[in-house]
Amino acid sequence: MMNKKVKFDLWTIIGLGLLGLYGIFLLFPMTNLISQAVRDKETGEFTLAYFIEFFSSPYYFNTLWNSFKVTTAVTILTLIVGTPLAYIFTRYEIKGKGILRILIIISSMSAPFIGAYSWILLLGRSGVITLFFKNSLGITIPDIYGFAGILIVLSLQLYPLIFLYVSGALNNVDNSLLEASENLGCSGVKRFFKIVIPLISPTLFAAGLLVFMRALADFGTPMLIGEGFRTFPVTIFNEFISEIGGDDGFAAAISIIAIVITTLVFLAQQYVTMRKTFSMSSMNKIRPKKATGIKQVLIHVYSYLLIGISILPQMYIFYTSFKNVQGLTFAPGYSFQSYIDAFDKVGRAISNTMVIPGIALVLVVFLAVLLAYISIRRVSSLSKILDSVSMVPYIIPGSVIGITLLIAFNKPPIILSGTLAIMVIGLVIRRMPYTIRSTAAILQQIPMSIEEAALSLGSSKMNTFYKITMPMMAAGIFSGAILSWITMISELSTAILLYTARTRTLTVEIYTQIIRGNYGISAALATILTVLTVISLLVFNRISQDENLAM
Amino acid sequence: MSVNIRVKNAIKKFGDNTVISDVSLDIQDKELFTLLGPSGCGKTTLLRMIAGFNSIEGGEFFFNEKKINDMEVSHRNIGMVFQNYAIFPHYSVRQNVEFGLKNRKYDKEKIQTEADKFLKLMQIFDFRDRKPEQLSGGQQQRVALARALVIKPDVLLMDEPLSNLDAKLRLEMRQVIRDIQKEVGITTIYVTHDQEEAMAISDRIAVMSNGKIQQIGRPQEIYHRPINEFVATFIGRTNFVTAQFCASDSCIKIGDFSFPYHDLIIKEDAAVLLSVRPEDFIIHKKSEPGLPGIVRDSYFLGLNTHQLVELAYNQQIVEIIRESSLDEATKVGEEVSLSIKSHKINVFSDDGLKNLILKG
Repeated sequence: MMNKKVKFDLWTIIGLGLLGLYGIFLLFPMTNLISQAVRDKETGEFTLAYFIEFFSSPYYFNTLWNSFKVTTAVTILTLIVGTPLAYIFTRYEIKGKGILRILIIISSMSAPFIGAYSWILLLGRSGVITLFFKNSLGITIPDIYGFAGILIVLSLQLYPLIFLYVSGALNNVDNSLLEASENLGCSGVKRFFKIVIPLISPTLFAAGLLVFMRALADFGTPMLIGEGFRTFPVTIFNEFISEIGGDDGFAAAISIIAIVITTLVFLAQQYVTMRKTFSMSSMNKIRPKKATGIKQVLIHVYSYLLIGISILPQMYIFYTSFKNVQGLTFAPGYSFQSYIDAFDKVGRAISNTMVIPGIALVLVVFLAVLLAYISIRRVSSLSKILDSVSMVPYIIPGSVIGITLLIAFNKPPIILSGTLAIMVIGLVIRRMPYTIRSTAAILQQIPMSIEEAALSLGSSKMNTFYKITMPMMAAGIFSGAILSWITMISELSTAILLYTARTRTLTVEIYTQIIRGNYGISAALATILTVLTVISLLVFNRISQDENLAM
Repeated sequence: MSVNIRVKNAIKKFGDNTVISDVSLDIQDKELFTLLGPSGCGKTTLLRMIAGFNSIEGGEFFFNEKKINDMEVSHRNIGMVFQNYAIFPHYSVRQNVEFGLKNRKYDKEKIQTEADKFLKLMQIFDFRDRKPEQLSGGQQQRVALARALVIKPDVLLMDEPLSNLDAKLRLEMRQVIRDIQKEVGITTIYVTHDQEEAMAISDRIAVMSNGKIQQIGRPQEIYHRPINEFVATFIGRTNFVTAQFCASDSCIKIGDFSFPYHDLIIKEDAAVLLSVRPEDFIIHKKSEPGLPGIVRDSYFLGLNTHQLVELAYNQQIVEIIRESSLDEATKVGEEVSLSIKSHKINVFSDDGLKNLILKG
């Protein structure tokens, strides 16, 4: 950096080391996956047979079409539901806003399949609400399985992402823009569509992409509630896992098709956003004001109803976890029996849920800080390569990551299948893009001159990093780490492929218990997971408040 | 120890874009030397090359006899003050000031006494245990100065240090910087785009534009004898008037008006460009001899009145400054006559690139 010659300093070595890790744990498995997909199992010759089979069979092709249909519907619905909520929360005073905000976040932080399971308990064929309508009122309500079920569950699960992103964007919109618009005769709903939506459109696209990726990759929800409506993560799982007729090559081929689709969607989003980006900084933030009359009623009804429905599944799970259990099903009366059974049978899953995401978290934070530093402060051809490589997992669905790791590491030279290490690696790879981005954002807010000041005062590069840069980033890194932690403990789609008896996590265990029909234990475990999440969120709130005070 | 700084034929490129082309400087020991120029002229880039934050694509940089081109920033022993102060937000005022001393591995006692000395010198001793966020802009500036000076640097580099302060504080800190620099006796390079600030503070100024040095000199030299049209425009305000030099009778003609002028380096008739500062025009009644014109506008600014006068000979508008009075002597719309303080004007070649006045 000081000289025309590339200086081979410590940061270059760290950069090369990181690239090496990505080579082993991402690029090598990916090439392996590709070669698996285009090679005949017996002869080892090049073949496109798997792809031809996929596209010529309506059964498989439909799963892809189904995935695309439901994912697009989810993305649109979350935008329609989440954007107005964020706008209402920014513009108006709402009673109990603080608690509502926490409820929104909690409802988004649980594993989607738990939501799906709870909705089955409520609205399924023998769900409590369904039975209530049928028995007391004589009305048969449409059931929740299939397309509609997946749409409802994933939308309720994912609209909080839109809410959080859009709230952040609205925070950057200067109130004088809204006032100017009103002054020029454009207010109310018209202003929302003419001014607000265009201003935040880059955010809408970014948040929409995130929702699309999550919804597309989700395995648990369609598995539980999809029934005949098959989506591709379910198909991949079945092809890969099923003991009869399971075919690595075919699963690999589907994985590649899935990656192609996500890549196209990603590129489309980048293209659209690139042409729409403008920078805003708000001197004069939008302050919430009191709404009056019918407007006030409407915004309260909307907020409470939406948030109430989205938190309902977890409330119901929480409630059933205290119900008496007889055999596999619930019985009248209340007790802690489910918890006692849960701890008895699956104590290991709880400790695994601490250990596996714990190790992964330490690695993710450590690696992401180094990577973010290199990509922001040490711009070179190496940092650009690292940048692109580290973002690759962002567009790879979780189950595909699981499969690539398994295919690559179930044979020499590196055998990791069935170990705790492979579970950790899966989590690290999936979480890295998000953590790098958030860490880089923190780093960008620290002016370069602070580090230059330290250098000019005789501090070495490493000393500057540890004494100046790291402490200034610490609060931001820590709150980012808690968010990563919450995502990791509720992760299912990768873990479901990689776990063994010794490395079952809470989500895997809950999923297994649900499949077995063990309602009590699954409710108890799901509640434990929620409690863990809520505690983590409270710590997060605490830290980010402190951060506000300090900066 | 203080040093002189020599820059020989410095070149800086960003990709194919040359930002500094062939710049040479010779800065004396204990001098306050200012790099002055509009934004984008390369002044901060040059400063950062001296500091070691920017790579050097060509030329040689010396502190005394020591070449510093390839020396690490942390070994150059410079004190640097940044535009945004760059105070470490997680350290107290005292910890900020002690940071450089700790990197030099001094013993505890020395760190304490040195830090105390500079905290007192900069009058921030009372705030020593506060966090930077609790300080005003001026106080943060003092911390930045104390932190830069406490390590006894060979040179002090300041990058637009006053541009984030309000007007009143800027004047105050300007004085503080000047006094401290003389008291400590340290070679200082100061970067600014504010010509008034540069003139008030500097021993010498280098005026830069487009990556080149236009002129180096004392503030008085630069103001009164700018080397070309750019410097004349950038430093202070001025009017350019096209004129003819008549060699046979040594006079300068503007239209029908002429006045004698002897001190030019050229010896034949030529078109010239006059630079006349607003205060060097004298405005008279129409009846008096001079350059005829009409007052088009007038601004009363307290001490002075600025008037815009349209010259009859080419309809050009010139600005003049005169001391104000209760009853303005000349009104808007009035025909007037302008004379020129010929000993104070500058005469450039008609392309504006060269000052034609004999040096003396």
